[in-house]
Amino acid sequence: MTGRVRVDRDRCCGSGNCVVTAPEVFDQDDEEGLVLLRFTAPAPETLALVRRAADLCPAGAITVE
Amino acid sequence: MTPAALTDLPLWPPTNLGRDPLVPLDAGERDRFDAPVTKVRLPTDATAWLVTRHADVRQLLRHPGFSADLTRPGFPLLRALPPESLSDRRGGFIRMDGIEHSRLRRMLTAEFMIKSIRRIEPLIRQTVESTLDDLRDAGPPADLVATFALPLPSMVICHLLGVPYADHDFFQLRSRTLLDRSAAPELVRTHVGELRDYLHGLVEAKCAAGDRGDDLLSRLARDRVDTGELAVDELVGMALLLLIAGHETTANMIGLSTLLLLREPDRYAALRDDPDQAETLVEELLRYLSIVRTGLPRLALEDVEVGGQLIRAGEGAIAVLSTANRDAAVFDGPDEFDPYRQAHQHVAFGFGVHQCIGQPLARAELRIALVELARRFPGLRLAAPDGPLPTRDNSIVFGLDALPVTW
Ligand code: SF4
Repeated sequence: MTGRVRVDRDRCCGSGNCVVTAPEVFDQDDEEGLVLLRFTAPAPETLALVRRAADLCPAGAITVE
Repeated sequence: MTPAALTDLPLWPPTNLGRDPLVPLDAGERDRFDAPVTKVRLPTDATAWLVTRHADVRQLLRHPGFSADLTRPGFPLLRALPPESLSDRRGGFIRMDGIEHSRLRRMLTAEFMIKSIRRIEPLIRQTVESTLDDLRDAGPPADLVATFALPLPSMVICHLLGVPYADHDFFQLRSRTLLDRSAAPELVRTHVGELRDYLHGLVEAKCAAGDRGDDLLSRLARDRVDTGELAVDELVGMALLLLIAGHETTANMIGLSTLLLLREPDRYAALRDDPDQAETLVEELLRYLSIVRTGLPRLALEDVEVGGQLIRAGEGAIAVLSTANRDAAVFDGPDEFDPYRQAHQHVAFGFGVHQCIGQPLARAELRIALVELARRFPGLRLAAPDGPLPTRDNSIVFGLDALPVTW
């Protein structure tokens, strides 16, 4: 478990749940509204939130390694 | 299956008649549908697997092996499909799968993302204020649904799309037909046709040179139709979808939420005194009230095991959002209304790639509407506290038909 986060923009449906859950780590781009990763290796203290974001992502577009 | 065996199956959805509007299923119905997966009979005499647990509902709705395309043979329909031509369905992306769906949905994701909705919060606030003025002028007593809960989201979606609110009688009536499970297929067909014709005229005007307003339909006309990415018919279908989805959903959430808060006056008062807690309250309202109570139907395209039941290719499945939102495995004391719990795991907006695209808008409208209502009408109470309240029993989106209030 490295805590490395990946997002798959092809799967993302732009629901924005990740931005609500962990705004320090996730954003949506202005043009397409699809997920953007602000940090690929988020601080350990945000990891629980990132995991929660992965769990709540409706499209299964977030993975935490 | 023989006809006799078919009638042995429990009928889904159950009627809401006589039930407290805040209770999705009564005790008897819970017994009938309590297993994780139950075989049920639909009003169309089709059968389907009813999936009721939170984890299973999420698995089903996120699984690519299930289709949302209700024109596929075997799709578990709650009412017969109206006779349609292909062009009737263009742009209606909630009924599409895969890249067909994502191509159209992605043209809208930036429009509805949180950042974009934050920018229009002043407009939402303004609309809340003016509809609350109307409520004040209408009473006391007044019908909160007719004067506030329905006009508010209607005005907001009209403004966003660039649809004249002055035509609201026309499209509100028709949008209601589209959601009414008991409406005759021919009437549905007629009303869809009329709405499409209406929106077609509007979209054509927006596509014509000279009418380039700063609204969503104008932007899509300019950025997608002009560039050849999107056909006019598709834009019409998208407009139809957004107009309908923007109407009854938030309206019914506001009506039911107000009823709940009036029964819990301390929470209502707290909303005024501490508006910061509104966000948590709204999540719990979404979980607790789950207005899409008939569930989300899907068709299995391959064999998939859900909740220990093998659902075979060609069989229907229905993801019941309201039971998932009251699953004790996820929410402690699920039948208690408790805004301090972690309610945001709810599936009130669905799950999977079709999850409600308008959720940031719905959340903002609900939060602002309820806080301002509590602030402006601190003494609000039910005007007819004892009688049963008229509910939308046959609607795909459950809610109150009227909420008589006084202050
Ligand atoms: S939660 Fe998932 S689908 Fe939604 S914006 Fe984030 S990555 Fe995309």
